[in-house]
Amino acid sequence: MALLTIQDLALGYDGHVIVDSLNFHVNAGDYLCIVGENGSGKTTLMKALLHLQEPISGQIVMGDGLKRNEIGYLPQMTVVQKDFPASVKEIVLSGFQGRCGLRPFYSREEKQIADENMERMGISNLGKHCYRDLSGGQQQRVLLARALCATRKLLLLDEPVSGLDPKVTAELYSLIAELNQEGITVIMISHDIAAAVRYASHVLHIGGSVFFGTKNEYLKSDIGRFYLAQQEGEKTV
Amino acid sequence: MIEKLMMYLQYPFVRYALIVGMLIALCSSLLGVTLVLKRFSFIGDGLSHVAFGAIAVASVLNLSNNMILVLPVTVVSAILLLRTGQNARIKGDAAIAMISVGAMAFGYLLMNLFSTSSNLSGDVCSTLFGSTSILTLTEREVWICIVLSLLVVIFFILFYNKIFAVTFDENFAKAVGTKANLYNLLIAVIIAVIIVLAMNLVGSLLISALVIFPALSAMRLFRSFKTVTIFSAVFSVICAGLGIVISILAGTPVGSTIVAVDAAAFGICCLARLIKGARA
Repeated sequence: MALLTIQDLALGYDGHVIVDSLNFHVNAGDYLCIVGENGSGKTTLMKALLHLQEPISGQIVMGDGLKRNEIGYLPQMTVVQKDFPASVKEIVLSGFQGRCGLRPFYSREEKQIADENMERMGISNLGKHCYRDLSGGQQQRVLLARALCATRKLLLLDEPVSGLDPKVTAELYSLIAELNQEGITVIMISHDIAAAVRYASHVLHIGGSVFFGTKNEYLKSDIGRFYLAQQEGEKTV
Repeated sequence: MIEKLMMYLQYPFVRYALIVGMLIALCSSLLGVTLVLKRFSFIGDGLSHVAFGAIAVASVLNLSNNMILVLPVTVVSAILLLRTGQNARIKGDAAIAMISVGAMAFGYLLMNLFSTSSNLSGDVCSTLFGSTSILTLTEREVWICIVLSLLVVIFFILFYNKIFAVTFDENFAKAVGTKANLYNLLIAVIIAVIIVLAMNLVGSLLISALVIFPALSAMRLFRSFKTVTIFSAVFSVICAGLGIVISILAGTPVGSTIVAVDAAAFGICCLARLIKGARA
């Protein structure tokens, strides 16, 4: 059975439908990229997958014993975080919050896993640093380490590279690809179609017409070729 | 001077004032960090004005114990205000401003129309700028305050990690299954209780100072949530103690003296940061 199965999903705000008849599934180990224009409902879809927002209709079925608190999430940056006094270690540890239930403090084991995840992300030397003093790329690594504390199965990333320079972007992409190769399922929202077709195994295109399939199918499809050509064009101009 | 202070400390009412003042300062500073970071600095102001309105209604109705009305009204307003922060049509700051001036105007109007007291402006002034009631506390009131403060501190320690998670990134916390709405609700209820308690100390116009100054001062100097929280608690308790002592020795109003000390200490923290920055 698939990790996530989405059936006839319709999403929107205040009864106003943004996107409907979504059907797709994500298997363990997949790397799914969600692409589409601004306002096409990518973030709304991600919020629905996280149960932050109720769908208007349709179903999201979790399989393979995936529990709600086993999803790691890397949200878009919020205003609050820009001047938040918090050390890297505190933020990474807060990834365990969902598992704590009513338990007030983190266990020794959790602290150790947090250290390991920071090492995986190459930020173990930053533990005591203040989050707001870090560069954009380092901040994203911190949030990735936090997401890894929350999950060993499924990562949801909302535009993880927006606002980063090309070098840092490439590093972050290869980091995410490594995690995927280690067996973590990745669902990522991206503007960057070139990266999507480079790293992803599957593509979901929403807005206007909906497409779901493997990367190769997407590259051959009309919508994929059109969209890819359009972005190429933007870059050369 | 020390002798004079020692003499004053012989009086139980002075000791009560110090205990209650420092406890209230401690509680408000603990939650202050969260409120400032969540962009709710003005909630103290808004809620205390609501409490002012409720006190006016209570005195018009001739309720013997006005807490029966004031506390529930303030708690409900706190819940409504913190909830609007998330996704309401009227945004957080506008909602707070609206409710606070509305309640204040309504309260003053009621007091004027149906006043039973001969000294109306005195009454209003003492509710706004803090009365001398901190100096006339009974032993029972002091115990109530100690118990409530203990509860707040215990809650804060037990839920410290959750408060951090919800404040830093509410969406992430919700996504991994933390009951963020529940904790927001608890924070709202507690802040309402603290504000009703603190109104006796500094009055409803100056209450925000107790919430904001410790947190902002700590954020000048420290870089992790834990150190910021600890420093702001220490800062707040020291300033409140100092303020009360000065006001007793110099005969100045309690509330405004505490706030003046807070503001001065904030200035020192800013200076310390400048010096630190220049060295680095």
